[in-house]
Amino acid sequence: MKNIITSDTSISRRKFLTAVGGITFAVTAYAMFPKRSTDASSNKGEASSLGNKISAWVHIRPDGRITIYNPAAEMGQGSMTALPVIFAEELDADWSDVHIEFSPIEPKIYGPGAWGGRMMTVGSRAVSGYYESLRQAGAQARYVLMANVAKKWNVPIEELSTEPSVVMHKASNRKMTYGEIAAFATILDNVPKIPDNQLKNPKDFRLIGNQNVPRFDIPAKVNGSAMYATDVRLEGMVYGVISRSPVNGAKPTLLNEDEIKDISGVLAVVKLDHGIGVIANTIEKALEVKQQLQIQWSKDAPAATHNSQEAYEDYAKLVRDDKQKGRSLESKGDANNAIKTATKTYTADYKNDYIYHAQMEPLNAVVSISEDGNSAQVWCGSQAPDSAKSAAARVLGLDESKVTLYPQYLGGGFGRRSNADYVEEAAALAKAIRKPVKLLWTREDDLQYGQFRPICLQHMQAGVDKAGNITGWKYIITGTGDGLLASGAEMLFYTMPNQLIELRSVEHGIRTKHWRAVGHGPNKYAIEAFIDEIAHDQKKDPYKYRQYLMRNHPRALKVLDTAAEMANWGKKLPEGRAMGIAFGERSGSLTAGVCEISLDRSSGKIKVHHIWAAFDGGVVVQPDNAIAQTEGSILMGLSSIFHESITIKNGKVQQSNFHDYPILRMADVPETLEVKIVPSQEAPSGLGEAGLPFIGGAVANAFLALTGKPLRHMPFTPERVLATLKA
Amino acid sequence: MATITLNVNGEKRTVNVDAGTSLLWVLREHLGLTGTKYSCGKSYCGACTVHMDGTAIRSCTMPASGAEGRSITTIEGLSANGDHPLQKAWIEEQVPQCGYCQSGQIMQAAALLANNKKPSREEIISQMNGVLCRCGTYMRILKAIERASKEM
Repeated sequence: MKNIITSDTSISRRKFLTAVGGITFAVTAYAMFPKRSTDASSNKGEASSLGNKISAWVHIRPDGRITIYNPAAEMGQGSMTALPVIFAEELDADWSDVHIEFSPIEPKIYGPGAWGGRMMTVGSRAVSGYYESLRQAGAQARYVLMANVAKKWNVPIEELSTEPSVVMHKASNRKMTYGEIAAFATILDNVPKIPDNQLKNPKDFRLIGNQNVPRFDIPAKVNGSAMYATDVRLEGMVYGVISRSPVNGAKPTLLNEDEIKDISGVLAVVKLDHGIGVIANTIEKALEVKQQLQIQWSKDAPAATHNSQEAYEDYAKLVRDDKQKGRSLESKGDANNAIKTATKTYTADYKNDYIYHAQMEPLNAVVSISEDGNSAQVWCGSQAPDSAKSAAARVLGLDESKVTLYPQYLGGGFGRRSNADYVEEAAALAKAIRKPVKLLWTREDDLQYGQFRPICLQHMQAGVDKAGNITGWKYIITGTGDGLLASGAEMLFYTMPNQLIELRSVEHGIRTKHWRAVGHGPNKYAIEAFIDEIAHDQKKDPYKYRQYLMRNHPRALKVLDTAAEMANWGKKLPEGRAMGIAFGERSGSLTAGVCEISLDRSSGKIKVHHIWAAFDGGVVVQPDNAIAQTEGSILMGLSSIFHESITIKNGKVQQSNFHDYPILRMADVPETLEVKIVPSQEAPSGLGEAGLPFIGGAVANAFLALTGKPLRHMPFTPERVLATLKA
Repeated sequence: MATITLNVNGEKRTVNVDAGTSLLWVLREHLGLTGTKYSCGKSYCGACTVHMDGTAIRSCTMPASGAEGRSITTIEGLSANGDHPLQKAWIEEQVPQCGYCQSGQIMQAAALLANNKKPSREEIISQMNGVLCRCGTYMRILKAIERASKEM
């Protein structure tokens, strides 16, 4: 069999790592050097080349190859390249020498300094969380190389400098490559912290901000060799599937256990709280048998009374009930009074349905318990491999130090893969069968037992003065999912003196989760659409109206202006076309965009012809990838605002696969999608999601400009568009 | 159980599987050709696209028995060194993000270009519309196909 991973001592966990916990980012001793690859052959020769393990982050081979250890999950966002770029910049490595591997899952060593040490790749935080510490670690590794050369040549270290992968001594015109140094280098007892003024001046960056540093993972992703957890195959591996509660919280009783166990190829039936697992010798057998399970589900789950499309009526009452007190998200001045005394007031409710992550790789994991039962190995694609490892250890009754987790590429994450539920399940199956087991979720499992971006209703009220400017802003958000609804509700870059923003969350017993940009998607849509409705009624240009709101925030204003300029805002458009503009922010990054649409009034189908977007993400480490992330966020956003809706009836998800949960296809993309970076020297901020929040508002605003009617319920399906036109 | 002999990437491969087992599971789990992906299992998304006698098909709904005697090409067999013009264009345009759909995208595009060396944008879209990408790399897929088509 091809590509079977063989068990090898090289993949046993290196116990020494924990012994030196607490010195994250410090240059560390030989023993700290990671050796984790699941491919035993790639490690040969490395362990024997002493003297070249100069840091927990890097391994330099005498032949010059520089392996940098990436601590972040790679789910498509590109940080497995961006983080090593930061390190390599200060190491002054020649990028063509650099090879990248996943670091071991050791949060004390590889957790980000800026985000509390957890190895979680969430909230577009990888680059911003690791930027300072990886620059420091790279500079320290460079120092170790130079110190070794200084000693060898008996020259002061101050006389040394570096060029990519080479240490130079200009006074004697000598040079030595990093590989040559690695052949004899020894570890220093103490490596000083490199002062900020000795880090590279950003104007000297060769790699950070370089348009031509390609992503490391791409070649393997075009020839089929990139490994996702679902591709892992172990000797003697068996296959597990699970039939899960159709209504969250319902408990299973298996009615035909004996019959199932008698089926040839079935190895075990595993009873879980939320479902029944079947383990079989092949995947096709496991899937076939799953269809034959006769399960009676308990009827008492709280979610069983939830009907999503009826919930909006309750929400509409809840937001208008002044006796209700929710959680305050913002309170400035006196919004109630400002609205009461306003020249004119506005009210609107915006809604959005539940939506599903729909990452292309359904959830899965592989778990193997050692023969003696004292240790285990886990292969998974996780946004939180540290908690996945703990979860597996807990299920298996092992100490965490006895579990090794091998991170694999994620076939999409978008927030779904920071929950370790699927890893726990795989561990439970492995515990029952005591053989290596691959747990696979079908697409139907992944959708119907999904964790959704929550349903939500946003009640907006505003008052304006005689000049038409907003004086009072009252914004009540309700729905399910609590904090998931809150992100992005505040308006950090608009000046409004009186604001009241409140969250009134309701519990429905439905599984909810972070979904790319979290609350920013729905909240920025509601904010931006409401602002345009006011501007429209006041007969003000929506771009200029925002310029005034942003008057105290030049950085945001510049982003808005750049997008407007790209779109040539205000130009005469062909009959039947209109433009909409909107602003969004997420993870500290600022994005504004303009779209140009037309409408088929008979079918209710909106066509987006062009999109222009500009963003300021501070120092951009990988510009081309940052643009790619923005393009992707915009298209995923378009998908969500036009096509995506999960509906729940009596607690049961009504969709099951891509036929009834369509996502954006190529035919739906705009003719052009142009993205521009607004140059900035601010600290890097997140760019994996920041392109998404503006698009709902931009499309609704273009629709308002075209038809005079507001779109107030996402997704903007043809049926809803037609209903809006008739209203 | 049925014994099925397949011609995959120019090699004869024999497997013993339950009748009705899909070509996808045979390729991935029995033959270890994991570049072809499972995503929907119902031919809605195209992640499992391979060539059968040069035509792009969805391997998830094709019984392996239906592929007997036919010539199957997977992403692993598309080119000797990952240097098909589309694969090179995919790298040039930095197309993949998560990458999970990209084998299917490339195989679908390769079947298109094999039959139509200079497709129009409309032809590309109509051929590629059945292959989903959740990361939203469609604009770059378009560019990469146009680039490869120029170089072929």
